[in-house]
Amino acid sequence: MAVQSDVQVASAAGAAALTRRSRARKRNGLAAYLFLAPYLVLFLGFIAAPAIFGIWISLHDYDFALFYKPWVGLANYTSLFTPGSRDFGNFWQAMKATGIFTLFSVPCLVVVPLLIALLLNRKFPGRTFFRAVFFLPYVLGVAVIGLLFRYMLDPNVGVVNYFLGANIPWTTDLPWVWVSLVGMTVWWTLGFNALIYLAGLTDISPELYEAADMDGANRWQQFANVTLPGLRQVMVFVVTTTILASANMFGQYFILTKGAPGTATRTIIGYIADEGLRSFRMGAAAAMSYVFAIVLLLVSLVNFKVFNRGDAS
Amino acid sequence: MTTTSPSALTRRSFMALAGTTGAGLGLAACGGGSSPAGKAGAPDTGSGGAEYTGPAVELSFWNGFTGGDGTVIKKIVSDFNAQAKNVKVTMNIYQWADLFQKLPAAVTTGKGPDVGALHIDDIPTNAARNIIVPIDQVATALNLQESDFSPAVWQGGVYKGQRYGIPLDIHPLAFYWNKDVVSKAGLDPDKPPTNKDDYEAALDQLKGKGVQGFWVSPFQFTGGFTFQSLMWQYGADAFDADLTKATFDADGSVQALQWLVDMITKGYSPKNVGQDADYVAFKNSKNAFNWNGIWQINDLKSQSKFEWGVGPVPQIGSEKGVWGNSHQFVQLRQLKPDQNKLDASRYFINWVSQQSAEWAKSGKIPAKKSVAEGADFKALTEEYSLAPESEYVHFPPAVPGIGDALAELYTAVNNAVLLKSSPQQALSDGAAKATKILQDNKKKYGV
Repeated sequence: MAVQSDVQVASAAGAAALTRRSRARKRNGLAAYLFLAPYLVLFLGFIAAPAIFGIWISLHDYDFALFYKPWVGLANYTSLFTPGSRDFGNFWQAMKATGIFTLFSVPCLVVVPLLIALLLNRKFPGRTFFRAVFFLPYVLGVAVIGLLFRYMLDPNVGVVNYFLGANIPWTTDLPWVWVSLVGMTVWWTLGFNALIYLAGLTDISPELYEAADMDGANRWQQFANVTLPGLRQVMVFVVTTTILASANMFGQYFILTKGAPGTATRTIIGYIADEGLRSFRMGAAAAMSYVFAIVLLLVSLVNFKVFNRGDAS
Repeated sequence: MTTTSPSALTRRSFMALAGTTGAGLGLAACGGGSSPAGKAGAPDTGSGGAEYTGPAVELSFWNGFTGGDGTVIKKIVSDFNAQAKNVKVTMNIYQWADLFQKLPAAVTTGKGPDVGALHIDDIPTNAARNIIVPIDQVATALNLQESDFSPAVWQGGVYKGQRYGIPLDIHPLAFYWNKDVVSKAGLDPDKPPTNKDDYEAALDQLKGKGVQGFWVSPFQFTGGFTFQSLMWQYGADAFDADLTKATFDADGSVQALQWLVDMITKGYSPKNVGQDADYVAFKNSKNAFNWNGIWQINDLKSQSKFEWGVGPVPQIGSEKGVWGNSHQFVQLRQLKPDQNKLDASRYFINWVSQQSAEWAKSGKIPAKKSVAEGADFKALTEEYSLAPESEYVHFPPAVPGIGDALAELYTAVNNAVLLKSSPQQALSDGAAKATKILQDNKKKYGV
């Protein structure tokens, strides 16, 4: 609500400005550009220019340390779509790994933090303590989390199997490795999403709940008709950032499974890093990055389409 | 001044990495290697490092000694600083994998160190990529003779006829046995098995007492090293002599991997051994035998929970053979070569090379035979017991980009040991990919 009224004020101010003399408008415009300039410089220098240079790299057999960087045209791209080429099998296996991880981690990371945020939004003794507890894992680095889980989940010497009295191959065999990777990531990052939800929840006016209460809505009806619509914008943010973060998964597999079994859990970011930074095949790695970026772009489009359709109804 | 820099992997930085993969590569590309490889950074004054007489200089030295060997190298460097006039060395320690990635970027942007230590198989890659420069003069000044080294360690520092690496040590795989576990099973803790029959008999006896005595790791540490040792013992090799074709799917290799997988199917090893679990189990007296690096000696010495022994790896196949690697000193290319620094670096390398008996205390075998046979090294009982291995140790082959091809070998071992494919299938799949990589690399590096 607050956002909307701000927008109204802003547009009213804009309308007033239109009536002013053009000289003042020009000066205002200049000020706006000046304020934008620092970010623009950073954006152009560190995002736009390298991204364009990356396309140039992807058209070469590129190794920055080598004198000869032969032009290969689209070969780095076509090889990704040619069965039997050096990268075809690995690339698509890695894309699949990323896909599986995203598919399972995103729903968990959208739903579980919401439930936790709902709990943490209620008034009870020790609420601040629990808020901190749920957020705590997020401040740890992936190396810490990864090693911790690697030892806890070790199939033979891990404490989890010890208490279960089982021999579940959490870190070495399908499908358990995915359970571990998703579970570990959810535990690690749910605090961040929960925090965003919590902020969204406190933004929903208590009067709406009072009104719903008076209309005789029960808890579930209040959740469905007040809470969820009130969290709409927050939900878009959470879903979008969680999809992107999950699609970029790297550190978890790198430490927990090293890709095991075989290379089944090596994600696309892992493969791009292997090829670009270990084998110094930067042209091929850049091409893979672009194909992956396009896929992510398509996913984001679908994502926005879905949320917009919800808007229309 | 020593800074340890563990890889700081945060989720955010990976998000950033993905978002700007193109960007990062683009920035890295700004350096650019514009001079051909194989040229020394500056003309040589001829001293080759026997002494340094120039003005005061500071040198930086990068390496990957993150383990117990870090303490030893720190002492050696501070000893050097204490005695050297006009030369001060500061050291940075990185994870080996980080160092391998950082060095090229640092060197091509002119921020590289003066001296580094690398593994023997990383030397050709860095020589071909013009990251390190030839140091034949240092070898001459040190009066290094081929006859004073095992051929593998001597040849490993050479690329296209020029010397890039001054050998510091050899660190082979070793055979560790847990004396407590072995005694409990009724075996003689002072007579470890040395051949196939004894080895299997011992494992069988351990199994009878309810101990899985030889945990087989599916990962490079230590399964990949164990497999390669067996491969050479079965008379096979990972690649053909010209390094144009991966041969680790040949009969000998398949037999070697089959033997390793049989350890699991026969119940001498549990299935699904996790990363480091073989060694963790060994240290907790759940595992009797572990084929692990010589570098673990100091770690085992630092505990008193159980008694242990160390010796050369048993001979399972028809020949002797063991995996090993070697640390070598290298000199980094400088965008603005400083003659004084070059001379001082050579002096530093020269001086430290003569301390290789001291260095051996970090769990290494000195590269030089004369030092390895000297009284100082003989006093290191555990390390010295592994000296015979230096006669038949195999290093990863010295050709640019070999790590890319070896990664396929390790994946094959992983697939077979985790029982996802048969040894034959896993090795054939891996070798086909590795051959493709070797051929690509040949084209790329023009060797």
